Amino acid sequence: VSHSQITRLYSRFTSLDKGENGTLSREDFQRIPELAINPLGDRIINAFFPEGEDQVNFRGFMRTLAHFRPIEDNEKSKDQNGPEPLNSRSNKLHFAFRLYDLDKDDKISRDELLQVLRMMVGVNISDEQLGSIADRTIQEADQDGDSAISFAEFVKVLEKVDVEQKMSIRFLH
Amino acid sequence: MFLLLPFDSLVVNLLGISITVLFTLLLVFIIVPAIFGVSFGIRKVYMKTLLKIFQWATLRIERGAKEKNHPLYKPYVNGIIAKEPTSLEEEIKEIRRSGSGKALDTPEFELSDIFYFCRKGIETIMDDEVTKRFSAEELESWNLLSRTNYNFQYISLRLTVLWGLGVLIRYCFLLPLRVALAFTGISLLVTGTTVVGYLPNGRCKDFLSKHVHLMCYRICVRALTAIITYHDRENRPRNGGICVANHTSPIDVIILASDGYYAMVGQIHGGLMGVIQRAMVKACPHVWFERSEVKDRHLVARRLTEHVQDKSKLPILIFPEGTCINNTSVMMFKKGSFEIGATVYPVAIKYDPQFGDAFWNSSKYGMVTYLLRMMTSWAIVCSVWYLPPMTRQPEEDAVQFANRVKSAIARQGGLVDLLWDGGLKREKVKDAFKEEQQKLYSKMIVGNHEDRSRS
Repeated sequence: VSHSQITRLYSRFTSLDKGENGTLSREDFQRIPELAINPLGDRIINAFFPEGEDQVNFRGFMRTLAHFRPIEDNEKSKDQNGPEPLNSRSNKLHFAFRLYDLDKDDKISRDELLQVLRMMVGVNISDEQLGSIADRTIQEADQDGDSAISFAEFVKVLEKVDVEQKMSIRFLH
Repeated sequence: MFLLLPFDSLVVNLLGISITVLFTLLLVFIIVPAIFGVSFGIRKVYMKTLLKIFQWATLRIERGAKEKNHPLYKPYVNGIIAKEPTSLEEEIKEIRRSGSGKALDTPEFELSDIFYFCRKGIETIMDDEVTKRFSAEELESWNLLSRTNYNFQYISLRLTVLWGLGVLIRYCFLLPLRVALAFTGISLLVTGTTVVGYLPNGRCKDFLSKHVHLMCYRICVRALTAIITYHDRENRPRNGGICVANHTSPIDVIILASDGYYAMVGQIHGGLMGVIQRAMVKACPHVWFERSEVKDRHLVARRLTEHVQDKSKLPILIFPEGTCINNTSVMMFKKGSFEIGATVYPVAIKYDPQFGDAFWNSSKYGMVTYLLRMMTSWAIVCSVWYLPPMTRQPEEDAVQFANRVKSAIARQGGLVDLLWDGGLKREKVKDAFKEEQQKLYSKMIVGNHEDRSRS
């Protein structure tokens, strides 16, 4: 990330920080109207806050946003022995997986899937229909027969999806 | 030391006299033309000089930054990230298309759908269209005001001296002058309208009241050193019509009213504002509401309708956004004024923030602080376009009419046309919008079958 991009994001961080104390709270995020109308808005906001905390500082803010950096070609051939960059394909998928997996047990259970589905469709679909959709999805993805989707199974289902492009945000220069 | 004493009082006296003379001369030179609506063109020359100085300042800053080999911070008005304007349906279909080879026209749920909401959410966290409208616009080049500087570490000595000079001029010369002018303008308004109010109703009273109003607004315009360019003046509002404009600050009223005759609409305040309001209404009919009456929409609509139906009364001036927006966009127009059925005269006002940003951020600054900031800026430069009148067509309702007028104003002023409500400055967004998104998505996963059972 370039120097000017960091400056810009810092400027954005401070403009969201109404309390001017160097950290963002959940209310600060909820003040963004376009985020408030996003059905998964609350889950996405949660992703910024580490376990049990109510405030996120600029470093944490940047860490979460770093997942959405586009994957550069020259990075792919970089040092394979070092730690994986936050915006790798695997980490992007992990970010999405964590939106489903609320209790962080590394499995998406039927209930967790139902919860997310309910958030996305509101009141427009009945419980039975939603239940059958969830069942079918788990059936298709589940390979080890535990009626839940593990991260590996999740990755397998999405192996053809262009994750790099769909979960990346480009800066305008 | 004692020898200095008699000289002291002499020097002080001379100083006092010369300052008073200077001030009076200035006041006369400014007020007299204001009364007759004549302009010497001094302000335009002032503006051109300032522009040259700003360009020089920007070059120096860029040079300073290059020496240190840092990239300069430049604000971008068009947003900082690339956003694709595709709809929910298109995006989700694209994600599914790359994922599986299945037939796409059968509605179903895919695990990858979540990517759409996820990315959209993060995009809005990085840069959204609404919250940035409620804070002052960022400038591309520095205008020698410390309040707008983002690159202060690159300022050379010469630039600092220039800035110091600017501070001196603005605070010690321009500010007292402007305050004196404003004071004169307001007191003339109050006394003038009260005096005119004693005359019997008739053409003479109307004529005098119009001119008293005009004269005082012109003085106030000079008090702010406002340099205004009016376009298409043949479309100016006429009696029996409603004038709507985009709202950036309370100064909008002064800018419009110094070029035409309007009846004002608003809530009665206490204090100085209240005194001014009560005086104004003695000379000609304005529409002032008590605080309790403002909530009653029918009452408001009825009084406005009565006013426009009387052809002898002046056109009403209304700002349908309801709150101050930072002049980069136009937000939702409240439909109340468009339901009345009168001819609407749209006006677009665009400020040039280089000389002084007129936006009133009411959550950050109170009225007095705001006026002080206005009076210590270089100038207020703006353009006003009078658009051709519009009436409501039979097949459109008030909301569609309001949107049509809003688009015309946005297009003329070069502003972004937004559907969001200006009230979002203080309030939360309605749940209805989220429900719309949910409905759209539900259609994608179960289709449009109306006969499926719903709980």
